[in-house]
Amino acid sequence: MLASIAFYVLSVIAVISAFAVISVRNPVHSVLFLILTFFTSAGLFVLLGAEFLAMLLVVVYVGAVAVLFLFVVMMLDVDFAELKQGFLSYMPIGAIIALALFSELALVASASMSAQGAPISIATEQVSEVTNAEAIGQVLYTDYLLVFQMAGLVLFVAMIGAIVLTLRHRPGVKKQDIAAQVGRKRSEGVELKDIRPGQGLG
Amino acid sequence: MEITLAHYLFVAAALFTIGVFGIFVNRKNVIIILMSIELVLLSVNINLVAFSAHLQNLQGQIFAMMVLTVAAAEAAVGLAILVTYFRNRGNIAVEDINQMRG
Repeated sequence: MLASIAFYVLSVIAVISAFAVISVRNPVHSVLFLILTFFTSAGLFVLLGAEFLAMLLVVVYVGAVAVLFLFVVMMLDVDFAELKQGFLSYMPIGAIIALALFSELALVASASMSAQGAPISIATEQVSEVTNAEAIGQVLYTDYLLVFQMAGLVLFVAMIGAIVLTLRHRPGVKKQDIAAQVGRKRSEGVELKDIRPGQGLG
Repeated sequence: MEITLAHYLFVAAALFTIGVFGIFVNRKNVIIILMSIELVLLSVNINLVAFSAHLQNLQGQIFAMMVLTVAAAEAAVGLAILVTYFRNRGNIAVEDINQMRG
């Protein structure tokens, strides 16, 4: 019963905040609503018994992706009101397509409900010795080792790509040159002067 | 009222639809388009995890992790392209992006 209430509350908040992501004027608010959507989806994952993935969602999406979005939104000085133009002109066609899409998906979902006869309860209170994280660990590093490595490769390539795209060398900017710094000789840096008594430094 | 697989499918369908709708209505704002793509990938993740719990099979959760990885990589590269584009042109108007064609 409590799980049902939690499901309805979380899913309603998720859908409303997802709609707010695409409709609010200020993109900073948009990112904050995106974070709310991810949090509530993590709650849904916990209800489904996938605790590890829920925590991963919070760490990766809220901690990395949403903060990245926030940085970019605040860094780029863009007139967002101008970008909001045309929201209403694209609205009808978008609404028609969204409605068709949703009705199709809902049809499939309701068909899956009726095809299996009685409603299938997702076993949330299943008693098991291994936790979700342990069970994932048992298969992730054995059966899905290649997939795991490929995920690491994807992240590596993305990291290099992002660095290469955003790195730039501006001329005329003074930077630390470690080779020159270390290769300095005494003769270049120190100069001995003979000073006669009674006179200052000339 | 028992929560079934179909309930989760409905939520995921709603999120997916909102994501696609967001791509349509925010044609000029690349940042919102990227966020809409994140919403779509999130709804796919909800579907995968719901089916994984329904079938008592961990494969869905492993695959959801892969989707998460790709989503993070996509966001990073997309935002890097956006920052570079903004640096070169001073705005992020989507209509002019075809000028990047070589």
